Amino acid sequence: MMTSSVLAGYLIVSGLLLSIGLIGFFVRRNLIVMFLCTELMFQGAAIAFVAIGRFLFDYSGQVMVIFILTVAAAEAALALALVVLLHRQRDTLDADVFGELQE
Amino acid sequence: MIEAFSILSKTIAMPAVSTDQVVQGIDLSWAGFILWMPLISLLLCGLCAAFKVKSKAPAFITVICLGTSFLLTLLLWQGYDEPVRIHLFDWLQVNLVDGSFVANFSLYVDSLTLLWMLFVTGLGTLIALYASEYMEHDVGKGYARFFAGVSVFIFAMGCLVMADNLLLLYLGWEGVGFASYWLIGYFYQRPSAVAAAKKAFIVNRIGDVGLALAIYLIWSKFGTVQYDEIKTALESYQYNASFGDWSVHAIPYLLMLAAFGKSAQLPLYVWLPDAMEGPTPVSALIHAATMVTAGVYLIIRTYPLFMMPDSHALETVAWVGGLTAFLAATIGMAQYDIKRIMAYSTVSQLGYMFLGLGVLTSYGAAYHVFTHAFFKAVLFLTCGAIMHGFAGQLDLRRISGLRKMKGWKIVSYTMLVGCLCLAGFPLTSGYFSKDAILAQAFVTEGAGFKFLGWLAIFTAGLTAYYIFRVWFRVCCGPVQYEAGDELHGQDSSSFHPHAPRFTINIVLIVIACGAVLSALPYFMPNETEGIHGGWVAEMIYDSPAIAGVPGASIESDSSSQEVAQGEILGMDPHTAMYYISAIVGFVGIGFALYFHLFFRSAADKLRGKLLANRATRWLPTAMEHKWYVDEVYIALIRSPLWILGKLFSLVDRYIIDGALVNGIAAIPRCVARWFSPLHNGAVQSYAVSMIGGAILIALLMLFMPEIIEFLQAATTDSGEQTIALLGGGQ
Repeated sequence: MMTSSVLAGYLIVSGLLLSIGLIGFFVRRNLIVMFLCTELMFQGAAIAFVAIGRFLFDYSGQVMVIFILTVAAAEAALALALVVLLHRQRDTLDADVFGELQE
Repeated sequence: MIEAFSILSKTIAMPAVSTDQVVQGIDLSWAGFILWMPLISLLLCGLCAAFKVKSKAPAFITVICLGTSFLLTLLLWQGYDEPVRIHLFDWLQVNLVDGSFVANFSLYVDSLTLLWMLFVTGLGTLIALYASEYMEHDVGKGYARFFAGVSVFIFAMGCLVMADNLLLLYLGWEGVGFASYWLIGYFYQRPSAVAAAKKAFIVNRIGDVGLALAIYLIWSKFGTVQYDEIKTALESYQYNASFGDWSVHAIPYLLMLAAFGKSAQLPLYVWLPDAMEGPTPVSALIHAATMVTAGVYLIIRTYPLFMMPDSHALETVAWVGGLTAFLAATIGMAQYDIKRIMAYSTVSQLGYMFLGLGVLTSYGAAYHVFTHAFFKAVLFLTCGAIMHGFAGQLDLRRISGLRKMKGWKIVSYTMLVGCLCLAGFPLTSGYFSKDAILAQAFVTEGAGFKFLGWLAIFTAGLTAYYIFRVWFRVCCGPVQYEAGDELHGQDSSSFHPHAPRFTINIVLIVIACGAVLSALPYFMPNETEGIHGGWVAEMIYDSPAIAGVPGASIESDSSSQEVAQGEILGMDPHTAMYYISAIVGFVGIGFALYFHLFFRSAADKLRGKLLANRATRWLPTAMEHKWYVDEVYIALIRSPLWILGKLFSLVDRYIIDGALVNGIAAIPRCVARWFSPLHNGAVQSYAVSMIGGAILIALLMLFMPEIIEFLQAATTDSGEQTIALLGGGQ
């Protein structure tokens, strides 16, 4: 039986992970680091899902996590491949260099 | 619009049924090859151009094909005994509830058609042969293009002359206009040639509108565009109650407009002198001998329409013709460019033909067309030979004594033959054909016809003067010459004229013989009873031109049957005219002899005297400037149109393009300008806006109850006021 104070601990960790990911995503320019930060945010969300699912005795929280992990794995493969291609093109991983889509 | 729609719906409702074709007598469909041969030649010339043939092959192809056409025409003439319709293939057939529109690709062959086709194909062949030498400097370049143009012309002229309905005639009419444009603009690198081609095309267009409207009116009034059916319809129409309708009376005037455009008559003659920019064989074939007589042909073909009672159409034709003849002759007197003199002379002689049509001697008009075709062709071709030999020199002040130069004898004397015929020297062909017209002007009753007759006699004197001015200046006198400006890299000081060779000489001799021999038809006895006038009268006897054949009776109009016998100075007009025109011709030649052979300085002195005197100064100036007709047209028609066009272009550029098109396009662009800074390409800024949006939505969801409460409070406070403001309602 999970009490609401325990749940709060989990949620704080989850919020911290999300915030760290978010801030990292905002301030860093390296594409790989930015990608890692998005992964951090994923994990923050996953912890919140598991914790709340456990708190509510609802397994759909865990199902959602499995789902998130799968998507994250697929997306990691794709994103890292893209990063490699981008690096081949410009010899850099600075996100600001790839700005052709601006107005 | 509604009318058009109803016609259309009728068309759809009725299935098109092929009308019965009557092919009389034996099968004459081989006559179609008179038309197909030039087309074959066109095709082969096109292939020559495509494969860049660097020989004279196109010329030989054209000469052979046109020669075949001529032989076929001769055969057709030999076997001719009554008008036939030769059906080639169905062309346009539209069935309506109340009538039908049928225009087949059929030939209508009567002797008038044959008369025209004989000289069109005959002269066409000879002039193509001449051009094979004349155009030789263009072998491999424009040679095939030139002969393709000539082939197109002969095909179109064949359609025009041999058509059995007005629509096929119209096809040929436009076709010859197009061929004329093609060939005038042959030297397309020369801006003046391009301008002349455009001018010819546009001025002709004005006449073509007349023809198109006339065809429409004829169809809507008589229900057909085929000649034989028009004739039947017209005969029954004489008794129709609605005969006084203005639109029927408009038909001859519209046809006249078309004829005046194509045949270079008074309001529309300005294109013909400029058309001399084309190669000289073209000027000889199209702009002197054949195409420009299409107007005469059109009027002869539709002669019954011109003779409707209470119509002044023929008088108008006579007046326009007479005045054009006079005006063009005065301009021709004062020009120095010999080709241009020939051009004005053509306009003037065409004026005679229309005068002849107007004073009811279609015989005289047709005979003059026939003789003119030969002598004007030979005059133009000699001009071309001179131009060719003297590097483009056409100024009669700069060439003299051609007769005495080596190798130029044939050119000089064939030119003399042409000049004598044109001047109406006794016993030449021009003498007889012109007399037929002049005498008739005194015989036929009509408004001012007597005056026109005297004017035409005076013009005959002017004609003799200006043409012998050319001959005496160019062919007689001391030998001297200057080269023109088309030297092809030669030095002008070491320039030697190159005399024409065998081909040109032989063509000149043949056509000059034709010019002399075309006097013979006058003496041929007539087979048909009652008529006189020789072979040409015979040739137009079974055509609509019968009313203008001397001695022929007109069945439809018996009231004016008493043959009016005019008289000049107490003599029979025809006898009197023999003497008068001979005397006038001699006087004209005499003046030319005095001013341009024996005392050449006297001409300049006279000009100087006229210029010095204030009262007479306008005369030589105006004549040299062609009576300023071009300038008047520019001021009255071109400038207003140009200004209007400029105005429209400004409206288009600033109101339609500027305000409407670009204005509407500017709206999304302005809107986009507000949002475009959002797309700055930086990944982080996208992330910030995304997260910001997510947070905003989260906050909204968190505080939804409060917000709803706040909104409800606001509505109850000011709700009634808002409703009042909106003017009641629920």
